[in-house]
Amino acid sequence: MSEEKRYTNCTKGGPVFVYVKDGRIVRVEPLELSPDDAESWAIEARGKIFSPPRKALISSWSLSVRAKVYAPNRILHPLKRVDFDPNGQRNPENRGKSGYEPISWNEALDILCSEIERIVRKDGPAAILTTASSHHSWGNVGYRTSAYHRFMAILGATYADHNPDSWEGWFWGAMHHWGFSWRLGIPEQYDLLEDALKYCEMIVFWSCDPHATLGTYGGHESVPWRFWLKELGVKMVFIDPFFNWTAMNFADKWIAPRPGTDTALALAIAYTWIKEGTYDKEYIEKRTLGFDKWRAYVLGEEDGVPKTPEWAEKICDVPAREIRALAREWAKRRTMLACGRGGMGGACRAAYGHEWARIMVLLAAMQGLGKPGRNIWGTTAGVPYNGKFYFPGYAEGGISGDATNTAAATLLSRGVTRIPVRWTVNEPQGQHVLRLLIPEAILNPPVRWRGKGFAGAFPEAQFREYKYPEDGFPLARMFWRYGTSYISTMTETNRWVKMYRSPKLEFVVSQAIWFEGEAKFADLILPACTNFERWDIGEWASSGGYTPHLSYSTNHRIIVLQMKCIEPLGESKSDYEIFSMVAKRLGFYEKYTENGMSELDWVKRIFEVSDLPKYISWEEFFKKGYFVVPIPKPYKSTPALRWFAEGRKRDTPDPGLPGGRLMGIPDGYGLGTPSGLLEFEASTLKRFDPNDPERPTIPKYIPSWEGCESPLAQKYQLQLISPHPRFSFFTQYDGKDSWINDIPDHRRKGKDGYDYWIIRINPVDAAKRGIKDGDLVKVFNDRGAVICIAEVTERVRPGVVHSYEGSAVYDPVDEPGGSPDRGGCINLLTPSRLMSKNASGMAPNSCLVEIVRWEGV
Amino acid sequence: MTKWAMIIDIDKCIACYACFNACKDEFWDNIYPPYSASIKKRGQTFIRLLKRERGKFPYVKVSYMPILCMQCEDPKCMKVAKNGAVYKRDDGIVIIDPVKAVGQKEIVNACPYGAVSWNDEKKLPQKCTLCVHRIEAGKNPRCVDVCPSGALIFGDLDDEKSEVSKKLRDGLAEPFHPEYGTKPKVFYINLHKMTKYFIAGSVAFEDTDDCAEGVEVRLTNLKTNEFKVAFTDFFGSFEFDGLEPHTEYLVELKYPGYQTKEIKVKLEEKDVYLGYIFLKRDY
Repeated sequence: MSEEKRYTNCTKGGPVFVYVKDGRIVRVEPLELSPDDAESWAIEARGKIFSPPRKALISSWSLSVRAKVYAPNRILHPLKRVDFDPNGQRNPENRGKSGYEPISWNEALDILCSEIERIVRKDGPAAILTTASSHHSWGNVGYRTSAYHRFMAILGATYADHNPDSWEGWFWGAMHHWGFSWRLGIPEQYDLLEDALKYCEMIVFWSCDPHATLGTYGGHESVPWRFWLKELGVKMVFIDPFFNWTAMNFADKWIAPRPGTDTALALAIAYTWIKEGTYDKEYIEKRTLGFDKWRAYVLGEEDGVPKTPEWAEKICDVPAREIRALAREWAKRRTMLACGRGGMGGACRAAYGHEWARIMVLLAAMQGLGKPGRNIWGTTAGVPYNGKFYFPGYAEGGISGDATNTAAATLLSRGVTRIPVRWTVNEPQGQHVLRLLIPEAILNPPVRWRGKGFAGAFPEAQFREYKYPEDGFPLARMFWRYGTSYISTMTETNRWVKMYRSPKLEFVVSQAIWFEGEAKFADLILPACTNFERWDIGEWASSGGYTPHLSYSTNHRIIVLQMKCIEPLGESKSDYEIFSMVAKRLGFYEKYTENGMSELDWVKRIFEVSDLPKYISWEEFFKKGYFVVPIPKPYKSTPALRWFAEGRKRDTPDPGLPGGRLMGIPDGYGLGTPSGLLEFEASTLKRFDPNDPERPTIPKYIPSWEGCESPLAQKYQLQLISPHPRFSFFTQYDGKDSWINDIPDHRRKGKDGYDYWIIRINPVDAAKRGIKDGDLVKVFNDRGAVICIAEVTERVRPGVVHSYEGSAVYDPVDEPGGSPDRGGCINLLTPSRLMSKNASGMAPNSCLVEIVRWEGV
Repeated sequence: MTKWAMIIDIDKCIACYACFNACKDEFWDNIYPPYSASIKKRGQTFIRLLKRERGKFPYVKVSYMPILCMQCEDPKCMKVAKNGAVYKRDDGIVIIDPVKAVGQKEIVNACPYGAVSWNDEKKLPQKCTLCVHRIEAGKNPRCVDVCPSGALIFGDLDDEKSEVSKKLRDGLAEPFHPEYGTKPKVFYINLHKMTKYFIAGSVAFEDTDDCAEGVEVRLTNLKTNEFKVAFTDFFGSFEFDGLEPHTEYLVELKYPGYQTKEIKVKLEEKDVYLGYIFLKRDY
């Protein structure tokens, strides 16, 4: 027996030490800093000194890596659907039902490349449609924006652009009031931890559950911060229809509006401030524009309806007196408003979710946004940070060399590749599809929408109308899917199932690690390996691009050599290797691999073009496996938006768009709005469509098109909310026979021994339907049905049911696309309608359902 | 000497299950002879969380409590074990010998805390070893190391300066179910969140319909006449937690200019949220 050897790697939830023995991973532990690593920061506030632990507080699910690496449903060989014959009967209607047979890599490449050649020769490359799941792995080489983008760029497929799925409302709404287009509508968070520790007296968590959503990639790094704030006596109020996980530890008060009515509650807070004169008039005067118009709306001068707390109570079912109490305390105390990761939250993924996000910005402005202790801060980011040290995040394109569709400009200028590529079909003159509309694009073209995915160049970018097919372009006949998550992460996803079973898709190839979700609808499956089976390099929680400096959500900037810990399982291969093999067949191997570069060569290249060599040699880094970025001493804190509140030039290290510029007034003063001011009336919206009733120039309460006030609520009486899951990252840690499924707050076993997805229901609603805790239930509406296990709990308000998105398992009891799913893909039920007339965002949290006990088929 | 112990602060548990995940990672498919055999990937765990939900919408409290082998000084599992299959080390750690214990299901049933599980594949009773293989290498148990909030504290009871000793001296930590008489060396802080009850309410002024902040609330135990005083917060809310059930209490609400209000509450084994209580102006 050999000794255990320690490797390093990084997950979506943090860096790990990976222990390997006899070629098998035996243990995965959080990375611990050693004494010779850079010093930790220390913040002095209110007579105390706060400093983080010198170990990575990685996400809980990151500790279950072994279960998913060695999952029984790992795809170990290339697979072909048994009744798919590329030269004969293709039987697309059997997708999702037929079995698979293992074939050799040679056979797989034969099928794939002959299909590509057949389709491209007839219709050109745009007839191949492709898209990647948002979250597949970690690292700068193997990530979708890197190896995948480089390959698809050269191949030239039509790319389905991603919508800003987790922060729709901030993108489509908030951006027009405070700019931050280069951050897709989400604000900077620099140094807000120190600011909060020093000055904050109250935090209002509004649609915000950091213990579940972890500041996206920050693991549990911010957990100690909230305990520190609690210790300092900071009051915490939670506004959420679900008594969420963070509320469990910290709520001094839980306020539970009906889903979709948060904007009414917010308007009543503004009303109280205006009536009582308790807002920051000087700030409004000096830093904002258009307040009077919004004020008139709030007071009812515009529409005859004063937005009083009593008015709001009738809509959101929160007592008027509590709205007044919150408004008064908020005005009295230095208050942080926490909305998701400082600009996210389930309330923004709903019908007119942009109105909520817009009003959040305006409320914060009325209390002096940017002044000490008063900000929009998700409590998950903003540690003392070295923003000068350059290391790329995943959105910076890695090896893609594609500066149009990734934020690769900086990496290119530093020489990441000698052979840059262009994804011509994915450039402005090419063809595009919005991910949310893929099923319609295939089944029922043409489709139209606004905004090319992450359109962040400037606020106007999201107004541009697109169509598919683009004039004269071919319809897609082949779909190359990378990742398998969409049945549980997109909306009304029986659409996807139906699309996959249509002959309009002549050929579907899935590049996947696990046999789950959409993989079961492919004609050909290419087995990819995990990032523990290949080389890569990545910084914890760093996305770069539109979210620069996101590693300020971790206590230390940790850059990890993601070592190849074990050989790829079975015949699986790294994505880079898969693409290299295909490139060889198609004749662009040299271009794709830059003349035969291995993954480790690319890792070294990225090391070299970053700032790492200024601090550590390649040999030392290779041996040690990670580097902790030091913080400059003395450290100068530059809190987010303090410069704006004080009318100073911007002093935060926000880099703006790579290769672009920071929006705003050219001399560095002001926000990224046309006026440079925080605009209560958005001039970009006014210029685009001043009469859009669904996104007016000032934000309003607009009853949801599928909410408690809709006619449909007579038939389907429960409002379903489906936030991001707590015990998985999207579908990544669910299913796979992982022990995660034994967590009784994640899945629960039915009497039949099956691991069912949980739906949470209030005892009042459960009693009305004869449902008891642990009963199997059918959750349904006109879009489909999902079998879940009921958790009867006071943690959801009456009239609401709560079930996470992110089930990895799609398991229809009968015909796929037309029968109840007992895997738990709750998004089968959510509406595919876009957020509002001109905002092409998803709105899964506007969903009406009914629930009955389920006795089986 | 050394006596290993653990203290768990229930208030700090965020129910992230990092302890559970790390424990599974440590013990699934891994053996640590002579202390432990591997555990099953699914359906078996050395550490689980007890959940308690209290109150009623819109006043709800939730707490979680990790349960693992209590490392009893007087372990019941040891008493039923044959052939010395369960033994206690000098440092207090109780070990189920993975060879000798094969087939001895009684060991599972003997534990009053339900901390011993049955591995049906190996026909073996198994439980937390406090990661003795790690302790011997100078490390903490896995669950302690990964807990993001520091809810789990591990240390030596025989070391006066250890944090566990300090916390015990401060009288903050107590064993779960001491009446089982097994003398656990796992202790809990804020145990009342799992075992006791609250009376809470919200107060508003009837004339203005505003939340009543700063109302003096006196809670008297009518059995003992002992009382506690609290003041309502800006939402008019008050709460008395850690109360004994099967007891009658008197809640008195006082605010200058308003009539004093008295409410009798018979507290049984269910937390009580009184809802909104309105104070009338005293003219």
